[in-house]
Amino acid sequence: MTLAPESTTTALKVQLRVADGWLEVCDLAVLLPGRGVAALLPDGRQAALFRDRDGALYAIDNRDPFGGAAVLSRGLTGTHQGRPFVASPLLKQRFDLETGQCLDDEAVRVTTYEVRTAAS
Amino acid sequence: MTAAPGATPTIVLIGHGMVGQRFLEALAERGLTATHRVVVLCEEPRPAYDRVQLTSYFSGKTPEDLSMTDMAFIERHGIELHVGDPALTIDRASRTVTARSGLAVDYDVLVLATGSYPFVPPVPGKDSAGCFVYRTIEDLLAIEEYARSRATTGAVVGGGLLGLEAAGALKGLGLATHIVEFAPRLMPVQVDAGGGAALLRTIEEMGLTVHTGTGTQEIVADDSGAVTGMKLSDGSEVATDMVVFSAGVRPRDQLARDCGLSVGERGGITVDEQCRTVADPHVFAIGECAQAADGRVYGLVAPGYEQAETVAATIAAEESSFTGADLSTKLKLLGVDVASFGDAHGAAADCLDVVYSDSRSGLYKKLVIGRDGTLLGGILVGDADAYGTLRAFTGTVPPVSPESLVLPAGAEGGAQLGPSALPDEAVICSCHNVTKGTIRGAVTEHSCTTVPEVKKCTKAGTGCGSCVKVLGQLVTAELEASGVEVDKGLCGCFAQTREELYEIVLALRINSYQALLDRYGREGARGGDGCEVCKPAVASIIASLASTIGASGYVLEGEQASIQDSNDHFLANLQKNGSYSVVPRIPGGEITPEKLIVIGEIARDFGLYTKITGGQRIDMFGARVEQLPLIWTRLVDAGFESGHAYGKALRTVKSCVGQTWCRYGVQDSVRMAIDLELRYRGLRSPHKLKSAVSGCARECAEAQSKDFGVIATANGWNLYVGGNGGATPRHADLLAQDLTDAELIRLIDRFLMFYIRTADRLERTSVWLDRIPGGLDHIRDVVVHDSLGICEELDALMAAHVDNYRDEWATTINDPEKLARFVSFVNAPDTPDPVVGFVPERDQIKPDLPLLSIGMRPEALEGSAQR
Ligand code: SRM
Ligand SMILES: Cc1cc2nc3c(=O)[nH]c(=O)nc-3n(C[C@H](O)[C@H](O)[C@H](O)COP(=O)(O)OP(=O)(O)OC[C@H]3O[C@@H](n4cnc5c(N)ncnc54)[C@H](O)[C@@H]3O)c2cc1C
Ligand code: SF4
Ligand code: FES
Repeated sequence: MTLAPESTTTALKVQLRVADGWLEVCDLAVLLPGRGVAALLPDGRQAALFRDRDGALYAIDNRDPFGGAAVLSRGLTGTHQGRPFVASPLLKQRFDLETGQCLDDEAVRVTTYEVRTAAS
Repeated sequence: MTAAPGATPTIVLIGHGMVGQRFLEALAERGLTATHRVVVLCEEPRPAYDRVQLTSYFSGKTPEDLSMTDMAFIERHGIELHVGDPALTIDRASRTVTARSGLAVDYDVLVLATGSYPFVPPVPGKDSAGCFVYRTIEDLLAIEEYARSRATTGAVVGGGLLGLEAAGALKGLGLATHIVEFAPRLMPVQVDAGGGAALLRTIEEMGLTVHTGTGTQEIVADDSGAVTGMKLSDGSEVATDMVVFSAGVRPRDQLARDCGLSVGERGGITVDEQCRTVADPHVFAIGECAQAADGRVYGLVAPGYEQAETVAATIAAEESSFTGADLSTKLKLLGVDVASFGDAHGAAADCLDVVYSDSRSGLYKKLVIGRDGTLLGGILVGDADAYGTLRAFTGTVPPVSPESLVLPAGAEGGAQLGPSALPDEAVICSCHNVTKGTIRGAVTEHSCTTVPEVKKCTKAGTGCGSCVKVLGQLVTAELEASGVEVDKGLCGCFAQTREELYEIVLALRINSYQALLDRYGREGARGGDGCEVCKPAVASIIASLASTIGASGYVLEGEQASIQDSNDHFLANLQKNGSYSVVPRIPGGEITPEKLIVIGEIARDFGLYTKITGGQRIDMFGARVEQLPLIWTRLVDAGFESGHAYGKALRTVKSCVGQTWCRYGVQDSVRMAIDLELRYRGLRSPHKLKSAVSGCARECAEAQSKDFGVIATANGWNLYVGGNGGATPRHADLLAQDLTDAELIRLIDRFLMFYIRTADRLERTSVWLDRIPGGLDHIRDVVVHDSLGICEELDALMAAHVDNYRDEWATTINDPEKLARFVSFVNAPDTPDPVVGFVPERDQIKPDLPLLSIGMRPEALEGSAQR
């Protein structure tokens, strides 16, 4: 096993933009492509973070605006017409990961967060 | 119409019900909302909603779901809608309407669409507390509240269409329910004596008590004025806590009477063929408040819609008239299909009946045929699948004999007449008067390619919904005919069906989703992230073939973890507030007292809501994601394993107690159920799989409602397949008889593997069996006679599954890397999700829903306990 690439990925941290700067959330290696995680923000809100198979990162509000539960991070992700989305595990509405726009209901949109990786 | 030059003419609509709303849409479609000021007076506290679907409130629809009013539409067209403000007077001389709020509007055109009110017979006690009518959302809210808080028994006065709906609602609210009908049969208007009898039998079997041929004489109340019972005309008395009157409706024509407009003998504002009142050219009446030119007051929505169109057309100076309408209806009342169309009672001279009646299965079908073979009308009770086609054939001589049309499918001589045989003029959707020609046009000229698109384009199917099935068949037929390849692909990512993908995965031993997508996905989808449809479908295929294609049999291994449906990923079922339920396997429903105690202790220690499921096991609800591993560690220690309640996989094999204890039992049904459950546990499939084993023909385990059901005989076992409970129940078909243990298991092995191989995604065995060409006979040929020569392979696949089964919870709790995923927050693994909260209910807990709707936990929310 080669150790070098492993250690470079674990050294990378995922950070979220919050009101007063960047919040460090987890190791990049924890984010499986196609599967999300939730992060608790200092103001009590929750963000859902995802990584697609090309390595791009996304973060949107974790709360499903239809059902109210904080579960969007547990949905399945995919690509719809070239755009990344997550489908809520509750009632399956899909949300664009870049804009937060609900693809199944024009009137609904969730907050998005800026996300980046940084070496720790 | 006329108005002072320069001024915008004004249309006033009184009543914003279903017909009123349709009238507004018809005005907008003709551009009349741009040229006219439109004012609407709406009495109810909410704008127009779908009264036809009112009862669906009790099956979970909210008042918002029922709304038919798009506020953006109202605003866009500048319609002045006054909600909760009924019209009080009409002054026809000055052409002014005055509303309760004092608002006075001058009109050029006045349209009355005030609907009906429920008729309450003038019996003593009718105003007691606990007496209701069934017409508006407010009525339903009041009924629900009363039923929940102070009633265990309810009675409905009237056994017509609405009465049965009301009775269904009361039953659904958990009340012991009575129906009192004055006529000698139920639904006297729609069905004849034979149909009434079939309906009666089915409804009584559901546990409702029906009193026909008797009237209500008095409502009895206690000292506080609350209903306690009712006296009937046959001298009997029924004890009941509440009464719903559903004894017919009367047109709301009082406003019209007050201003001197003429009304019919039995009520209803009299109008001509343009729906204009006979007395005043400025005033129209439409919907249930009007007596049409043919002398009838229509109590259905479709004729009202036609009248609304007629008036809008007349205002736009188009030619239009309403001369009468068909009273065809198809309903599902208390779960029973009832339909009547055309001349259902055979009123035409010289007509003949063709009747098929099977009281054993609650079927009654009658066609009324003219001397020359013309189909005039009919009644269908118990099975109204043919309604859409038959209704459309009414008035013509159908291309096959009428007898064959009423015989059930599958019976010798029964014919299936598809909608393709219909002429273009045939009306498919009677709610919106849409013909087959229009639907075909939507596909050929407006390039609609799906049913939702056709619905949007033509409005067909957006009323009562009874035509949607035929609509679907027509759209598919038309697409195929016009050479458009009907896309049977699994989803936007794959052009193959699930069955084709299975073959690809098996033949090429592809054990990675990405490899499959990149090589066999649609052009645009390759290299992408797939979607929520194909990921779980492929995950399931890989899981059911795991050892054969060299994939891990553990669903959370490597890439497989990322393509599992959310529940499979957490190995538990997500609940509405983000918590989970836990269902350990209890094979065959057999459990020792020690294990019961362990479950009890775990549920108590974690404060979980505990319930016996419908599948003979125990469900514990309210576990937070980080509690799942702790709970499972204790369960696994005590010898439990995953029940796969979250997976499209084998659920339960239910058992009856069988020969061991039961005096009738002829085989050991519990042992067989346990054997089967342990054999097929963990088997991933296109949809969930359920089974049961009964110890004798009395069938206490309900095996015939299962995907594969086994019933003991004196000589062995009978195997039934393709049964289903759920929304569209189906009795299983007998596949083979008097099997030995080994023969039984071999046949089930093959049956399941053949199903897994060929079914569509989320297709239960029942639907699969009805879909695949050749049906049951074909399956029997394949699994019993090996007609495809694949049995050896099917046997091997199942053997591989059985040999490689491992409990996925036991694997997970021993894998620290996987366990790390079971946290609410990746950056705060010890913090529980604050919106998962609970409140007490009947000595246990339930989700704290207000907390959910706030989305964040305010400090110390009263009454909500966090654990
Ligand atoms: C827990 C349970 C109700 C109960 O408290 O008794 C239940 C609960 C659910 N059922 Fe069920 N069903 C339960 C027995 C049944 C039965 C009765 C039976 O199995 O004998 C049926 C009818 C039999 C049948 O399936 O043919 C049943 C027919 C359904 C259906 C309709 C299936 C169909 O083919 O029409 C669904 C919806 C679906 O699967 O698409 C469903 C779906 C569900 C879901 C998964 C809905 C959801 O997505 O949340 C519920 C998840 C429960 C959970 O979170 O744990 N459930 N469900 C029962 C669990 C049994 C068990 O021990 O595993
Ligand atoms: C439970 C139920 C099930 C039904 N099922 C079916 C079915 O399956 N198929 C079918 O075809 N039909 C069905 N119907 C009948 C159908 O709902 C009616 O035919 C239809 O609603 C008639 O529409 P409408 O606009 O004429 O009357 P409504 O929908 O009753 O609307 C009239 C409106 O006018 C308002 N109004 C009255 N007076 C005034 C005033 N002075 N000022 C302002 N507003 C006023 C009323 O409050 C009401 O909101 C069902 C009805 C019920 C109650
Ligand atoms: S099915 Fe037969 S053996 Fe089983 S419990 Fe019922 S009566 Fe007894
Ligand atoms: S017939 Fe009612 S929606 Fe088509």
